[in-house]
Amino acid sequence: MAELLDKSKQDSPADSQEQKFGLKSLVLHLHPRRVPQAVLKFTHTWGLGGMAALLIVVQFLTGLLLRFVYAPFPGKAYDSIIVLQNEVLFGQFVRNIHHWSAIFLLAITFLHLLRVFFTGAFHGPRQFNWIIGCSLLFIVVAANFTGYLLPWDQLAYWAITVSTGMLEYLPLFGTELREAVLGGTEVGAATLLIFYNLHTSILPLLLFLLMLLHFWRVRKAHGVMVPQNSGNEANNYVAVIPNLVVRELATALVLLAVVLTVSAVFNAPLQAKANPDFSPNPAKAPWYFQGFQELLLHFHPVFAVLVIPFTAILVMLAIPYLRYDAEPTGIWFISGKGRKMGSISAAIALILTPLAILLDEYVISPSAALAIFPGYIIKGVIPLSFLLIFIAALYYLSKKKFAATKNEAVQAVFIFILTGFLILTATSVGFRGEGMRLAWPW
Amino acid sequence: MSTSPRKQNNREKPLSRRNFLKKAWAALGILAGLEFTGAGMAFLWSNKKKTPAGEPSKLLSVGAVGDFAPDSVTPFRPGRLYICRLEDGGFLAISLKCSHLGCSVGWDASSEKFVCPCHSSSFDKVGNVLSPPAPRALDIFPVIIQNGEVMVNTGKPVKRQRFIKSQAVYA
Repeated sequence: MAELLDKSKQDSPADSQEQKFGLKSLVLHLHPRRVPQAVLKFTHTWGLGGMAALLIVVQFLTGLLLRFVYAPFPGKAYDSIIVLQNEVLFGQFVRNIHHWSAIFLLAITFLHLLRVFFTGAFHGPRQFNWIIGCSLLFIVVAANFTGYLLPWDQLAYWAITVSTGMLEYLPLFGTELREAVLGGTEVGAATLLIFYNLHTSILPLLLFLLMLLHFWRVRKAHGVMVPQNSGNEANNYVAVIPNLVVRELATALVLLAVVLTVSAVFNAPLQAKANPDFSPNPAKAPWYFQGFQELLLHFHPVFAVLVIPFTAILVMLAIPYLRYDAEPTGIWFISGKGRKMGSISAAIALILTPLAILLDEYVISPSAALAIFPGYIIKGVIPLSFLLIFIAALYYLSKKKFAATKNEAVQAVFIFILTGFLILTATSVGFRGEGMRLAWPW
Repeated sequence: MSTSPRKQNNREKPLSRRNFLKKAWAALGILAGLEFTGAGMAFLWSNKKKTPAGEPSKLLSVGAVGDFAPDSVTPFRPGRLYICRLEDGGFLAISLKCSHLGCSVGWDASSEKFVCPCHSSSFDKVGNVLSPPAPRALDIFPVIIQNGEVMVNTGKPVKRQRFIKSQAVYA
């Protein structure tokens, strides 16, 4: 009742007249007027969605500047980066900001996804917004990937060659798809123009439209979710201006300070100009695709490039629609039991994934079995069956033995797969040396 | 409230004038959408049709037959390929694009192997896989020999599982 009274007070004509054209009015399109005090706590959301939005704005602005210098043609692209860095005032700095913000954005968008998952903020009216959020993550990945080619140095050229080379393993239409993406049979002038166009117009436009939809659906769901266990604080409403806005500004300023400091200290990498005749050793995909590149070393291509990634994406999109026992929101890791089971499955994955990598690297791949049985059995059906049986066992054991709810069991499986994927990525980034053989990073 | 009886009327005689016009508009809208989509596709795809498949689009002359000793591998950088002459005098034009992920393989003369720097795949002189991860032999380009001149059609790489005798071209 008190809340209703407050609302009517806020909506008085004089008040709304005053706010009509001001900044306040803009803020109140994004936020409700008042929010429960419980949602203000930083560790409730870690401000990750807002951080991602801020970084997208930073990318828009620095990208606009870079467009004035950059030339998307193989003969000119690399030289224009040199001009940018050496002759344009703040050129190197602006490039650094764009580079580091891109990496931060991808990491923070992913962390945002994890936050939403682990606090159960995908139930009820937020189900479809999870799908929109996943789409936004895919667009951010695509934006990172298309941007990776633009400097046209050895790093860019061979990372894109290797990554798009993975497409060729898709059955039926793989070669056609790769040639459509590249605009030819190999990375060249057409590829650069296509990637530039995607990077600087199509993807930003999509990103902007989906962001509006994403925000609008958060607003439709009455703002961020309210923690179930917050008791009185859930009913104690406070005004968004200044309580929430001040917190958001502080988070934004800290994030900006970090991005600017990192950009001032570390330069974005630029290797020698792209040379199609000479591949560096090893040639790695961009870091966010290296988990898949590692997968390709262990699984038959049809499994590594098609079956596993697409199953994983479908499962990820299906997460909100799994008909849960309950819909606990705003409680990290659901419960004490959920937290414990999550730790256990993370620990299992932390031990098993490296063991599986070593087993394949030193026992299965060099063995004679590969010459006798087809690759899709030895490196496809059999290991995938093992993996699926293990995941099923993990799910049912946690339900039967730990008497876990469906939410907790799903969370345990999610953590298991997530940890495995992170280890695959870390293996490829840090522990693959010359010829992609296992090596210590030092 | 007032619309529901009208709806029922429409169901009985489905083609009232209003209903017909609505449907006509919708159909025209869909048609226009398809036209624009088609025009957009045609715009994007038109670039590709300039070199119809099979036409000798990029015929490169790599030298005279006598320039290549039997049992030799010669790099030909402008075409990004290697000319391999077999012991029996047959010619193969081998693409330097690795069949694994598309890196450029190098010829190691001492061990007589093509080695991919990216992921250590290796291939023998005729392009067969010696060690994975490469899944199949290196691509070849069609070779044409006219009047003692060796020419390679670099516009048309040919995929193959392994080397077979019929792939070699003789003068």
